[in-house]
Amino acid sequence: MQKAVFPNKLLPYLLLAPQVAITLVFFYWPASQALYQSMLKEDPFGLKSKFVGLQNFAQVLGNPDYLNSVRVTVVFSVSTAVLAMALALFLATAAEKVVRGKGFYRTMLIWPYAVAPAVAGLLWLFMFNPSMGTFAYLLRDAGYRWNPLLDGDQAMLLVVVAAAWKQISYNFLFFVAALQSVPRSLIEAAAIDGASSTKRFWTIVFPLIAPTTFFLLVVNTVYAFFDTFGIIDAVTGGGPAQATQTLVYKVYNDGFVNLDLGGSAAQSVILMAIVIALTAIQFRYVEKRVHYA
Amino acid sequence: MIERRGLGRPMAHLVLIVGLFIVAFPIYYTFVASTQSLTTILRPPLPLTPGDQIGANYGEALFGGIGRIGGVAVTTLLFNTLVMALGIALGKIFISILSAFAVVFFRFPLRMVFFWLIFVTLMLPVEVRILPTYKVMVDLGMIDTYAGLILPLIASATATLLFRQFFMTIPAELVEAARIDGAGPLRFLKDILLPLSKTNIAALFVILFIYGWTQYLWPLLVTNDNQMNTIVIALRKMVSFADADTPWHMVMVTSILAILPPVLVVVLMQRWFVRGLVESEK
Repeated sequence: MQKAVFPNKLLPYLLLAPQVAITLVFFYWPASQALYQSMLKEDPFGLKSKFVGLQNFAQVLGNPDYLNSVRVTVVFSVSTAVLAMALALFLATAAEKVVRGKGFYRTMLIWPYAVAPAVAGLLWLFMFNPSMGTFAYLLRDAGYRWNPLLDGDQAMLLVVVAAAWKQISYNFLFFVAALQSVPRSLIEAAAIDGASSTKRFWTIVFPLIAPTTFFLLVVNTVYAFFDTFGIIDAVTGGGPAQATQTLVYKVYNDGFVNLDLGGSAAQSVILMAIVIALTAIQFRYVEKRVHYA
Repeated sequence: MIERRGLGRPMAHLVLIVGLFIVAFPIYYTFVASTQSLTTILRPPLPLTPGDQIGANYGEALFGGIGRIGGVAVTTLLFNTLVMALGIALGKIFISILSAFAVVFFRFPLRMVFFWLIFVTLMLPVEVRILPTYKVMVDLGMIDTYAGLILPLIASATATLLFRQFFMTIPAELVEAARIDGAGPLRFLKDILLPLSKTNIAALFVILFIYGWTQYLWPLLVTNDNQMNTIVIALRKMVSFADADTPWHMVMVTSILAILPPVLVVVLMQRWFVRGLVESEK
């Protein structure tokens, strides 16, 4: 269909100008710098730099610290996504069943969405830090050795819980919307045939909301990759002994703290590739859902 | 009608109440801590009900200034954060409406090139290109400025795509009618398109405001001056485990003040927020 349009020749360029200018200066320029920088090696004083091709990439990928960070990121992202989604789905199915107080529950459950990740991290750290956290105190009283500042697994547990807590609201809203779109007639038909409510959930409801689940999986993974920088920085600073150093945290740490510009840029480029892959997956899925609906 | 027998409904309420408890408890507990004196906080376990220091703590944080972050008062931090969040939300909405308008309602050479130029930025959050973007900011002299806090974060395509999608649903007859009545493109934008986009703008505003308010990595990098800190960054700077003199009561007060404005926005604009979130993400 031919859309009705205005005939102006110059105006559209003026309208586009602000966004294009900002995109060029703050996006394309730095992104191309990152690409360029990733192939340079600077001397320790930052005076000279020479072109080294893909050497930085080889160094990054061959570095055991980097591989450790990949492992940490995978563990962290998968645990955060699974925990946040499972809790949210559980709450959403409960919210579907109640009649009274639906609005109240929703209002109370969407709070954490508005809490900054770094602040969410601080709240949990406050409750669980070994020196004066009340829960740390209770755990120790119960005879459990709790010290996330020294124990890597406990530190990971703490950041996963904080990150998942913040993401419950978001997932909850999407699951509620998805559950509402499941046709009542299907569920009623299954109930008449004698299917129990557990069986109805796993054989009818769950497959029908699979597109939303998959979408949330991608969104939660991206969230765990990038938006949780604040949580990690506030709670553990990547420690203890790099046990919670995710890929994004390492880019920051190598670039701004260790001043390894080439290595940090190479890591940025690898991250970009990962995000583009994730986005591509998401778009293929969006395509599918359009046919589905 | 599905069977009514059994414990289905009471169980559901129970699950929701437990969930609500998990979600709300950390915030409630922070509030409790913010009303206690430092000595009470340092001696766990903390009581479960608010203490009597509420006036003193909040007064000190809001107007007195906090030593650990250079004596800056929380009001300054709140102002900085508000400027940043509003700047990002309004700036993004403004430039996206204009560019979406251009792409949908005009035909001109390189139209699709521009569209893709913007579209590609959808994929890359600022986190993956921090170092070079930081360099650009230094070159442009934008460290410790509001422009430096805001501009790099409004370079993103989400809002443009959203408005483009919405504009494409506007019937061609409406455009024809406006043209026949002698309305130019800007008149059409102002008198017809903007009023029609009101709910979309409100929904997007909530989401972008939260996005701006909760930013962490970027303000951490571009602000050196304590006077320019956002509230989240200042909070981070107040906490230290290396030495024992973290003013926890001030940290808790500041946390509550950092959480309150965005929570109010989300709760009060809930209707638009929920719609905007679920629809904009497709």
